[in-house]
Amino acid sequence: MAPSNGLKRVDVIFGAYASTKYLILQKSIRREKQEIIQDIIDSGLRGRGGAGFPTGLKWKFAAAQPGNEKYVICNADEGEPGTFKDREILMKVPQKMISGMAICAYVIGATKAYIYLRGEYQFMVPDLQMELDNFHEQAREMNFDLTIELRMGSGAYVCGEETALIESMEGKRGEPRNKPPFPVVEGFHGKPTVVNNVETFVNANMICRIGVEEFIKLGTQDSRGSKLFSISGDTPKAGVHELELGMKLSDFVAEFGDDDTKAVQVGGAAGFCVPRKKFDSTIIGFEGMPTGGSMMLFNSSRSMYHVLHNYLEFFEEESCGQCTPCRVGCQQLLLGIEAIKRQERPASYLNQLLKLSETMKIASKCGLGQSVANSFSSIVENYVEEMIY
Amino acid sequence: MKKQKINITIDGIKLAVDEQCSILDAAKKVNIHIPTLCHHEDLCVAGNCRICVVEVEGQRALSASCATPVAEGMVIKTNTAKVRKARKDVAALLVAEHNTQCTTCYRSMNCELQEIAAEYNVDNNTYISLVDPNYTIDRSSWSIEKDDSKCIRCQRCVRTCAELQHVNALTVANKGKEMKISTFLDLPLNEVVCTNCGQCINRCPTGALTERRFYDDLWDAIDDPKKHVVMNTAPSVRVALGEMLGYPVGTRVTGKMVTAMKKIGMDSVLDTDFTADLTIIEEGTELLGRLKKILVEGNKEVKLPMLTSCSPGWIKFIEHMYPNHLGHLSTCKSPQQMFGALAKTYYAEKMGIDPADVVSVAIMPCAAKKFEANRPEMNSSGYQDVDAGLTTRELGYMIRQAGVDFLHLEDSDYDSLMGESTGAGAIFGATGGVMEAALRTVYEVVTGREVPFDNLRITPVRGTDGVKEASIKLENLLDEWKFLEGVEVKVAVAHGLKNARIIMDQVEAGTSPYHFIEVMACPGGCIGGGGQPIPTNEEIRKKRIEAIYAEDEGMPKRKSHENTEVQKLYKEWLGEVNGHKAHELLHTHYTKRNRY
Repeated sequence: MAPSNGLKRVDVIFGAYASTKYLILQKSIRREKQEIIQDIIDSGLRGRGGAGFPTGLKWKFAAAQPGNEKYVICNADEGEPGTFKDREILMKVPQKMISGMAICAYVIGATKAYIYLRGEYQFMVPDLQMELDNFHEQAREMNFDLTIELRMGSGAYVCGEETALIESMEGKRGEPRNKPPFPVVEGFHGKPTVVNNVETFVNANMICRIGVEEFIKLGTQDSRGSKLFSISGDTPKAGVHELELGMKLSDFVAEFGDDDTKAVQVGGAAGFCVPRKKFDSTIIGFEGMPTGGSMMLFNSSRSMYHVLHNYLEFFEEESCGQCTPCRVGCQQLLLGIEAIKRQERPASYLNQLLKLSETMKIASKCGLGQSVANSFSSIVENYVEEMIY
Repeated sequence: MKKQKINITIDGIKLAVDEQCSILDAAKKVNIHIPTLCHHEDLCVAGNCRICVVEVEGQRALSASCATPVAEGMVIKTNTAKVRKARKDVAALLVAEHNTQCTTCYRSMNCELQEIAAEYNVDNNTYISLVDPNYTIDRSSWSIEKDDSKCIRCQRCVRTCAELQHVNALTVANKGKEMKISTFLDLPLNEVVCTNCGQCINRCPTGALTERRFYDDLWDAIDDPKKHVVMNTAPSVRVALGEMLGYPVGTRVTGKMVTAMKKIGMDSVLDTDFTADLTIIEEGTELLGRLKKILVEGNKEVKLPMLTSCSPGWIKFIEHMYPNHLGHLSTCKSPQQMFGALAKTYYAEKMGIDPADVVSVAIMPCAAKKFEANRPEMNSSGYQDVDAGLTTRELGYMIRQAGVDFLHLEDSDYDSLMGESTGAGAIFGATGGVMEAALRTVYEVVTGREVPFDNLRITPVRGTDGVKEASIKLENLLDEWKFLEGVEVKVAVAHGLKNARIIMDQVEAGTSPYHFIEVMACPGGCIGGGGQPIPTNEEIRKKRIEAIYAEDEGMPKRKSHENTEVQKLYKEWLGEVNGHKAHELLHTHYTKRNRY
């Protein structure tokens, strides 16, 4: 099947260029720092982990902080259900990511960087370490002072949240911090820290290579660049695919669906469920429905009750447990839908649960608890019957 | 440089506050009440209960007011539909997680969750109860009961244990729905490094952490005609008990307390201040003895600085954390244990009562006293010296249960024997008090003159600084003490185990410049003890301290060595200070414990 009109495949992330000599870095460290920051801002690059914060601004804030102890952290904790694109980068083109980290370190003035690697990616460590050794050698030759260290996660989903990740790196319980202060002001060891996703660093490196003009040719006004999608579920083409941002979900389904797609979960368990009737009106990108890359397709054989049940089981276990709305809320949502199913609570109890998910969205401490409502309300509202009967 | 002020608007009121001020504190300044649960003035900010959320203009999500610093131009709304609904929902979630047996809870009517649930009129059935029907309560400790079914995971106890006490017996374990407050390896409280200080109890917003109660046993003893119940009350109880019975913080209720206890049916109401005075005599002599051994005899085995040993939380702390330095501790028992040992020997003998029938009960500001009373070595009278240690709170409950109208009681005096006390005994209840009492006596013993401080107020050791230092030069000494001529005695006072650690790290490193150090486990000393009325904060502790010093200045005698009953005790019965009988009854030894 040929790609439909709105769906554009690209091949920049894995393709073309991966230098073991770190030529982009070599070129970049001879440039003005402000110029690089401006490029990243102008490129419109937004964080690829899911939250979509403008990367250039983040770097700018960190660069503007006083002091010479700063850190760069690459968030390679890839824990969102249905996401497996960073894994591909880490295995295939780690140089691009490392180069992006190094450019960031140069720009903000850090001499120490870390890769926080998902615990389950232990198997990559030898290869990654070999590449880091190579990087350190190249950096020495360039007279560029940066050490990059690998740090292992231990499997907690919440440690993908940047402040929990920092806590974990400091040897503490992986629990999100109160914000403000944000990591760019007080991060690792209380020092200014940039935490970016694996793919974000790859994109930053790419912008330094191809220039802003080339980069903004990809995607749309609000969603610049291409994006790696982790496609799974009822699809004949499961895997990692690089696509331009800003496509219609209907185009996506036409390409990746199995002609019986009932719903697409965009953005993982923390994302939104889009039912068939809304495929045509949903844009995948920051102007519509943003995603860290996870796209799960469900066909008509799937019970959305079970899908939701599965997500909620995940959340009630993966909440750090620190704040009330998330810790107790996740359990209540799960117990609540079970009670309705068993007719121990009336169908109208769904309304109470929807209100609860709204409270969780506005009162939880971090993005984890705040985003549980996304899948909950989008599944419940679109599939009420499946919840009750 | 002028401090920068931040301009904000709260509920339409414009105000300027300091940088780093939280929204919560800013709201307090304009008398806007925001409910809190995980927040505690003594502790670092947590921001995890989310009951204090407010709306900040321009923000999608609500902000936890305790954890959000103000920013220039911030417009805050604390009373909107969004805020009220979220707070009510958060309260309902906590209620679902909490074992709402409020009618039978020890903390009923003194529970912050109960208060908030009532304020927002939360329906108990909004959500499904998460309480495990098979929950168990950890009653392994003599001092502290831990009931997880009432825990709302605010982590105040964890922060107390870590920040104020540097003990880390309590910690957060697991995540998600399994998240709970636990101990090392989930061991029962009596098997971990818990010092029993009970500071966690004082900061628990609910009934999840309470002291182990013994007042029902005491009622049984009172009701038993064969038993002779001897009570003694610690110095700091009289300045805090009133808080439970209708008096403002800082009210001295000594006389009423004694009357109430007599009405309840105690056979004899005596004063721990008596043995506090006795402690000064024994401990002061011990200090002088150590100085003599070092300075005159050149004895290298004797340890200085000497450390006080009145605080059982502190004792357990040093046994766990610095087991190789127990030789620095004074061998004196605490006033509670001295009292117990004498109650079943001296007192029983003088009163003509069979010591087997004496029930010796101490009313203490303390949770650790319960553990101390049950230490296996504390039986020098031939019986368990102290049958029970009750907290100030338990006494408050007993007075209520007895139907005594506390507010309208006459004052009475303590009974005798062992009821007389001095102001020096009274100030044991405040941080620095033991040191001050000791200096008042020791200085006079060696010089023949009163300490050179206005009205005996040794101000350098007073106040709430974590570690206080003072020195006093010994000059023109009596002949017997000439060997100390010219010596500048250096002392230090630490309260709160965090500060004890500072002192002990110096001792461990061999750099401690002091001769004598007072350590109290609890912030503020005993007036801030783990058995005192709840709540606690710096302001409350300061008021109780003021009351203690007022108690001191209201006493006709203010030096321990002037206590005539103590003098009589030595003359008629005990013999020499630090002598054989004194050692047998009033001194003890310590136990090395593990660090985990």
